[in-house]
Formats: sequence, structure tokens, C-alpha cells
Amino acid sequence: MISPHGKGAAKHDVMETIELRLPCRAEWVGVARLAVAGIANRLNFSVEDIDDLKLAVAEACTNCIQHAGDSDEVRIACAVHGDKLVVTVEDHGKGFDGRAVAPRALGEPDVGGLGVFLIRTLMDDVSFEVDPRRGTKLTMTKHLRK
Amino acid sequence: MDITVDVREVPGKDGARIVDLNGEIDVYTSPRVKETITDLIDQGHYDLIINLENVRYIDSTGLGVLIGGLKRVREHNGTVNLVCTNPQIKKIFDITGLVKIFGIYDSEPSASAAL
Repeated sequence: MISPHGKGAAKHDVMETIELRLPCRAEWVGVARLAVAGIANRLNFSVEDIDDLKLAVAEACTNCIQHAGDSDEVRIACAVHGDKLVVTVEDHGKGFDGRAVAPRALGEPDVGGLGVFLIRTLMDDVSFEVDPRRGTKLTMTKHLRK
Repeated sequence: MDITVDVREVPGKDGARIVDLNGEIDVYTSPRVKETITDLIDQGHYDLIINLENVRYIDSTGLGVLIGGLKRVREHNGTVNLVCTNPQIKKIFDITGLVKIFGIYDSEPSASAAL
């Protein structure tokens, strides 16, 4: 679903928002990352940045699948700005508080929090909104490098 | 968006096994990789080479499977060596610091020699 905004939008305003709603199941994560890769490619992100976006979005979807419990859907929205792509991934489950994941020591042979660590490392800005009644919303920004 | 998993013997290394992975390792496909590695360890194969040369993508669930396998073989003084030439996959091991706990090699013979 594409929602175009006004022609007179300033450079930093949202130009378009592309939304994807997927079943909250593991077999759909690949579709989410390929869709976001296609959008980033259209915006002329580098191959390396597209790989970063793919992984970050997949990790966010994986969190939804593993922690959202009773959520039946993952909503992914890509807001296209002139100089950045803002991706939100949200579910309507009981919520996963990525803010509570402590930074891990490099080289530590542990699995816990690896997904959130990767998201924070690969994206330029990351924020979590957790509401036990409405679910979790993860907002990630990747700037377009000149 | 799938994975194939094959197991071979390591020439000249009694009991060691090579796991060839081909495809993408994510939350959907990683259970298949985990099952293979778990079966090998249950059968007493504690020296493993995981060949990632034909893996195009890996996420935290895939890393978790590899870390879980490494923890289990270490209990038996075993090791897990990785063969990895894809720069994007190498980058994931770099930024997570996992290069410090896995032996990562550019070729199967060098991974085998290090067992």
C-alpha cells in the first residue's frame, strides 16, 4: 500500500509511506526483508546499507514472532524521506521491551539480545515504544549516504 | 529463501564432520541447521566444520544456533570452525565480536588443518 504525500513537501518531510502487513510467522520474514531491500534499492542506498536494512528489519520481525505472543500480524511501514528511510515494525502482542536489553560485551558467547544489538549497530537511529495493551513499535532510521 | 544442509566426513580427521550450508539462515530455516548440528553432537561428533561459503544471509537466530553448537562441543573439548568468504557474513561476525570465539577460515582445508 503506497500513501503519497503532497508535491510541496520539504526535503525532510515524508514523501511516501509504503506499508506491508504480514502474518506474524517465521516463513514471512524473508518476504519482509526482500520488500524493504527493494524499497532501499529504489532509493539508491548502497549494497552494504541495503544488507544492513535487510538484517535490521528481519531482526525486528523475528522479535515480533518470538515475543508478540497473541499478535497475528506484523505491520511494516517504510517512510521515504529525501535523505533517509524510516522503517517502523509493530505488532499487537504483549510487547517486547528492547530498551531493557543490556549492551553485550563483544565476543561474549551468548545469544540473548543479539538481534537488538544488531539492530542498534546497523541502523543510525533506533527507538522502542512498548505498550502492554497495544504491543511494540520499533522505529529505525537509515540515512542515505552521499 | 531456503536452506539445504549436507554432512560429510573430514578427510584424514577421524570423527570430524563438515556441515555444508547453502541458502539463507533465518528464523524460518535455522531450526533445520540446529537439528543437524544437534544430531551430530548427539552421535559423538565434537569437531565440526560449518561451511558458510554458500550462505547468502545469516541473522541472530542462525548465529544463535552456531553459538549453541560451539557451547555443546566445548563441553567435550571439541571445536567448531567456520568457512566464510562472504564479506557481509564476515561483517556480522565482526560487529558481534563472534570472530573472537569461532575459528573463521577462508577455505575448507585451512579450517580442517586447524581442527
